[in-house]
Amino acid sequence: MSNDRDILQVEHLSMRFGGIVAVNDLSFSAQRRHITALIGPNGAGKTTVFNCITGFYRPSGGTMHLTHDDGTEYKLEKLHDFRISKTAKVARTFQNIRLFPGMTALENLMVAQHNPLMRASGFTFLGLLGAPSFRDAEARAIAHARDWLDRIGLVERADDAAGNLPYGDQRRLEIARAMCSEPALLCLDEPAAGLNANESAALSELLLSIRQDFGTSILLIEHDMSVVMEISDHIVVLDHGVKIADGAPRAVRDDPKVVAAYLGADEDAATAIMEGGS
Amino acid sequence: MATLATDRTSTQPASTFAFILKKAALSALVALGLFLLMIGIRTEAGPSGQLIYWTRFGELAAIVAAVFVGSIVVELLRQWSGRIGIAATPAPWVGSALAKIGKLLAPALLIFALLVPVIFYNQRYLLDLGILVLTYVMLGWGLNIVVGLAGLLDLGYVAFYAVGAYSYALLAQSGLPLPYLTGSYPFVAVDFLQLGPWAFWVLLPVSGLLAALWGVLLGFPVLRLRGDYLAIVTLAFGEIIRLVILNWQSLTGGPNGISGIPRPTVFGIPLTPGPDGLAAMLGVPFSPTHRLVFLFYLILALALLTNWVAIRLRRLPIGRAWEAMREDEVACRALGINITTTKLSAFALGAMFGGFAGAFFATRQGFISPESFTFQESALVLAIVVLGGMGSQLGVALAALTMIGGFELFRGLDQYRMLVFGAVMVLLMIWRPRGLVGHRAPSVFLHHRTTIAADMVKEGRG
Repeated sequence: MSNDRDILQVEHLSMRFGGIVAVNDLSFSAQRRHITALIGPNGAGKTTVFNCITGFYRPSGGTMHLTHDDGTEYKLEKLHDFRISKTAKVARTFQNIRLFPGMTALENLMVAQHNPLMRASGFTFLGLLGAPSFRDAEARAIAHARDWLDRIGLVERADDAAGNLPYGDQRRLEIARAMCSEPALLCLDEPAAGLNANESAALSELLLSIRQDFGTSILLIEHDMSVVMEISDHIVVLDHGVKIADGAPRAVRDDPKVVAAYLGADEDAATAIMEGGS
Repeated sequence: MATLATDRTSTQPASTFAFILKKAALSALVALGLFLLMIGIRTEAGPSGQLIYWTRFGELAAIVAAVFVGSIVVELLRQWSGRIGIAATPAPWVGSALAKIGKLLAPALLIFALLVPVIFYNQRYLLDLGILVLTYVMLGWGLNIVVGLAGLLDLGYVAFYAVGAYSYALLAQSGLPLPYLTGSYPFVAVDFLQLGPWAFWVLLPVSGLLAALWGVLLGFPVLRLRGDYLAIVTLAFGEIIRLVILNWQSLTGGPNGISGIPRPTVFGIPLTPGPDGLAAMLGVPFSPTHRLVFLFYLILALALLTNWVAIRLRRLPIGRAWEAMREDEVACRALGINITTTKLSAFALGAMFGGFAGAFFATRQGFISPESFTFQESALVLAIVVLGGMGSQLGVALAALTMIGGFELFRGLDQYRMLVFGAVMVLLMIWRPRGLVGHRAPSVFLHHRTTIAADMVKEGRG
């Protein structure tokens, strides 16, 4: 079943809501240390696939295999919600940003390190007594968070409420928060939504640096084709819950089926979109 | 509101005057409709059960006139202060000023609390009131973990207070309640009566743990509930506990309650006039005030323990997870936080401190009955937490002082006490809708300690 090359293998995944088939018999795989993009028109079922992978939905059928670098295998369809992040090490961001707005940027990143810190605090008992081992662990967690704030250029605003940050900063903070849980697979749901051209470029850079520095595999839903074409190694195209194309960016871009699905019959406009964004 | 705004901005005094008169007349009309039956006609049951009634149109006219004049006065005041309706936003300086005062206020309050028995040694009434206030401070701090930090709206907190009190009373009086369940009396593992003077110190943690257990038991069924639904179920839970206590006569004595609950001892030394008593040992004449002073310091210590634990927990991963859960439960799950254990631990810890307070209540009163554990208590403690500012320790302490102390302060007003009290609460909520201390202090900082404005912090949806 599994091989060393792929971190995630989705096979025959289906998701039905009553009579509606949101995802139908979808199979694809995401390679280790690659950026895999999941694209498709609105309502194609991309976020549903994400919700299945990250445990928010239990799929109606199919399997999702995750294989860590050390060869440990996880059947994501069998894991319960928070365990997907805790044990299988799959982190995600949300289409509509879901930071903790009343907590500071630093606190947001500390919450992401909950599980290791919880263990270090002896499940609260040692921490309550102020054990030195916990203090060390906490200092390390703060340093880790600081590194990430540095990486996304928010060290200066570490003590500001996350809800007070500008939109673009919130997007990057959410990615940093997901990364603070040290995931093997990072799932990003439209990270470039609402960003301007400069911010999109910075985002691309950030994602590439994440892959390079941490070896994290990235699964990406994105509408901004400039980002998708620039950074992804592999693209999976969905339409109406069915995979219609799968391959390298260049090949996908030239695929007439994709162009047709993306903007209906208007091939010129579709081509313009696929040629690299606005 | 729209018409009001246009009228206020109009420069013609005549139209403003007409508007005020119109509004006052309307208010008077509503008052007439309301009070016609409530005040205008008085009904009573006659000596042989028949209905007798008489009219009081004079009083009715006075009330309607008062409403008319009052409406004009209120409207004039409004125009004079230049504010429309109710401004829900406090001045920005209020928050920062309060934060500054808060830094000094907390130690000042603590020192004052420590000195209360010294200053008011001869005023039993004030000492009693102090003990009462501190009990509510402790309950408020305990509930603050559940409501303020974890954002779970709990309307049945009194249940844990009751569990603590009854656990203490039953265990202290008759050992483990096992014989009641099995029917064979000698089958008792540890007879707590044998503990004698130590009973309180052994039973206090036991009562707390039992309350925590009930907190978990309540937590399980409500794990999936949010907001209003959670509030209703917790409310029902509080009532269930009370009704079980009321009706399980063989165990709890039902409405008669439990009396003769052992009094606390100073680590084994009883506070009695006898030769073993503390007074005799210290060589001072016995006074019943000694016990009050001891109880005062005992509840102060318990409350401070609650405070210390709550403050510590906030800076631990579990506390941060509670606050994160209050902010966004879905994001918590995505970060690998187990919502089940996080919620249950909040319920359990909140309940535990409620249980401690209950045990203290039982030993202080020496007598408990279901009457002490009505919904009113839950509402009062919740009001303290909300009024204080959810999640703020100092705010809760201030609110408990205001509510319990203020309630006593207005005792002279007899039946109008509740009215004054309600008005004060409404005004306070208008002035500071997020409680006395509405801002949030971050649990960890990189550069400098800041505060987060209340409007950014979520209240939690259960």
